[in-house]
Amino acid sequence: MNGETAEPLLRVVDLYKNFGATEVLKGVDLEVKPGETITIIGPSGSGKTTLLRCINYLERPTSGHVFIEDRLVGEAWDGKSYRHIGDRELAKERTEMGMVFQRFNLWPHLTALGNVTLGPIRVLKKPAAEARAEGQALLEKVGLGHKAHEYPERLSGGQQQRVAIARALAMQPKLLLFDEPTSALDPELIGEVLNVMRALALEGRTMLVVTHEMRFAQDVADRVIFMDHGVIVEEGPPAQLFANPTHNRTREFLRQVVER
Amino acid sequence: MSEMLAVYQKHLGEWLPQLIDAAGNTLRMTALAFVLAFVVGLLLALAKLSPIAPLRLFASGYIEVMRGIPSLAILFLIYFGLADFGLVFDAFPAAVIGFGLNGAAYMAEIFRAGILSIHSGQTEAALTVGMTPLAAMRWVVLPQALRVVLPPLANFGIALLKDTSVASIISAPELMLRARDLASSSFRPMEVFLLAAAIYLVMSLPVSFLTRRLEARFSRGQAHV
Amino acid sequence: MLFWERFVDNLPYFLEVLIPAAGMTVRIAAGAFVLAIVVGLVLALLQTIRIGLVTLVVRSYIELIRGTPVLAQLFILYFGLTEVGIRFTPIQAAILGLGLNGGAYLAEVFRAGIESIHAGQMEAALTVGMTPLTAMRYVILPQALRVVVPPTTNYSIALLKDTAIVSAVAAPEIMFKARNLVMETYLSAQIYLLVAIMYLVMSLILAFISRRLERRLGESGTTGQAGAA
Ligand SMILES: Nc1ncnc2c1ncn2[C@@H]1O[C@H](COP(=O)(O)OP(=O)(O)OP(=O)(O)O)[C@@H](O)[C@H]1O
Ligand SMILES: [Mg+2]
Repeated sequence: MNGETAEPLLRVVDLYKNFGATEVLKGVDLEVKPGETITIIGPSGSGKTTLLRCINYLERPTSGHVFIEDRLVGEAWDGKSYRHIGDRELAKERTEMGMVFQRFNLWPHLTALGNVTLGPIRVLKKPAAEARAEGQALLEKVGLGHKAHEYPERLSGGQQQRVAIARALAMQPKLLLFDEPTSALDPELIGEVLNVMRALALEGRTMLVVTHEMRFAQDVADRVIFMDHGVIVEEGPPAQLFANPTHNRTREFLRQVVER
Repeated sequence: MSEMLAVYQKHLGEWLPQLIDAAGNTLRMTALAFVLAFVVGLLLALAKLSPIAPLRLFASGYIEVMRGIPSLAILFLIYFGLADFGLVFDAFPAAVIGFGLNGAAYMAEIFRAGILSIHSGQTEAALTVGMTPLAAMRWVVLPQALRVVLPPLANFGIALLKDTSVASIISAPELMLRARDLASSSFRPMEVFLLAAAIYLVMSLPVSFLTRRLEARFSRGQAHV
Repeated sequence: MLFWERFVDNLPYFLEVLIPAAGMTVRIAAGAFVLAIVVGLVLALLQTIRIGLVTLVVRSYIELIRGTPVLAQLFILYFGLTEVGIRFTPIQAAILGLGLNGGAYLAEVFRAGIESIHAGQMEAALTVGMTPLTAMRYVILPQALRVVVPPTTNYSIALLKDTAIVSAVAAPEIMFKARNLVMETYLSAQIYLLVAIMYLVMSLILAFISRRLERRLGESGTTGQAGAA
């Protein structure tokens, strides 16, 4: 963890999100410092996925703002009011945040290497040879160098998710968002993905991880956030939050999770 | 635009009754050809699924050949070609027979797909209660298949309705022929053909609208299976 | 037996006239096919941007075209537009009429293909910084391609047969030349039988090519079957 004085890399300010009449996020404030690994836990439907999707503007927040290094994401301030920015600017801002989905969302018409290099080639306009060399190195890093030329359908779930992580890393993002990256995996495959994520955390990557893996949350996170009903109920260092939650709802949730 | 309106103001009273009258013929031609295609198509589908090899071969051959030939060529064969052999038809029945026999090939494929979509367990269950294969087809499979084929049948009907316009080329009395007559006598082809197109639209839109609702209902029903 | 004798005697002459006409049929069908693909793709893509007015215009075009006979559309282009001083040659009218008509059909095919690709595919592309258009080009369309090829090749066969109706605006293709031959020789049965056989042969060849293409695309080893099995 960096010193207390470091500027936050990500700042979420008073974020609200409604789907029609359903209020899903009801005023979320959050700061993430460079190098921090934060895990978000909470019951199903509490708005964890929606929060991540608002941060990279896959969903447009109903109100509130997202800042990366004090620059607005998804909006621009024209002196009087905020306006939503266009696809092109938004795409550029999204290169600063990688995302790993619960269901991988690998592109089935491309090989593992093709998945990893498509962004660098088409978005960053890197020469193909350079992108391929870097992509190969990233696949080695997640332990899949030998699978570079396989199509996703021939990979196990754990392997697919590691390719997805390499795909996100290839854009050299400042922040990595993970939405329950191991929830769709068979139990015996969870470990290989968590190991990759643990290594990334140790490298000092800035990560925001929604997860139901309590051990991972305890061992790896610098801070744990507990969400319920669209708000952050409490947050703190894992040792404190898991051993001594201050709120009843947190205690109740942790008790249920442990019983399972 | 305003000129067009003026044309309609002047001629609509004269054109519209004639076109609507002719549209009645279009509907009759469509309905008769549909019935012919339905009956022949169902027989072809059953033949293609039958255990008797020559029947299967005939049905496959019929379907392949008919699907490879434009309906206009078939109309010409029936209307002009058969006259050589002393078989003289009026244009209207020639069109009904042509569209019916041509459409039967498409209809057969629709029925076949519908029948095949019914799980073989259904037939087996019917056989175990002592039905013959034919009885099982009649009382168990076909009633279920009908539900499946309803949307494609309706789509076929709409396509047929529009295709009957081609019969104007052999001068069968229907909407498009009347439109062509009016267009050449009034020197107002744009206005006349637009009006005719609008009448086709009015006839086809309700059916296609209902079909789409039906399709949406069915695909929802399937999601629960 | 007189029928067959006359048929065999006249066959060389018939073929001499009808084979070049078949070439014209193929050219008209090919031109209309290309136009239909371009129009269909543009209309399908315009619907994905979800701007109310654009969608309304596109949907209206599709419904109007699909609700009316292609023959009526052809007559409006060829006869109707002369009223405003626009004159097409029969071949131009044929390609334009069949192509604009086919565009409405293919738009629906392409839209269904695009919609069949899971939303997560687009989202994953957005998260690596692609614009929706880039994502469409490199992620969605390549996947939609394999879904739309079978209905598109089916359409091409239907189109080949539909070219017969452009004889009604005197485009010099098979059907038109055949009608002229009949007027010349009165051998209607022979000639129309030959015409039917020629269409059948062309359809079968096209169907054969289509199946090869579908198989090739199916094999080119990417998504689906193998993994699902
Ligand atoms: N696109 C949407 N339209 C309508 N409602 C939505 C939409 N997306 C999410 N919701 C609703 O928002 C609420 C929060 O959903 P969200 O996916 O953020 O929860 P979550 O905390 O990620 O849950 P889980 O642990 O099950 O993944 C849910 O009630 C969900 O039904
Ligand atoms: Mg979630």
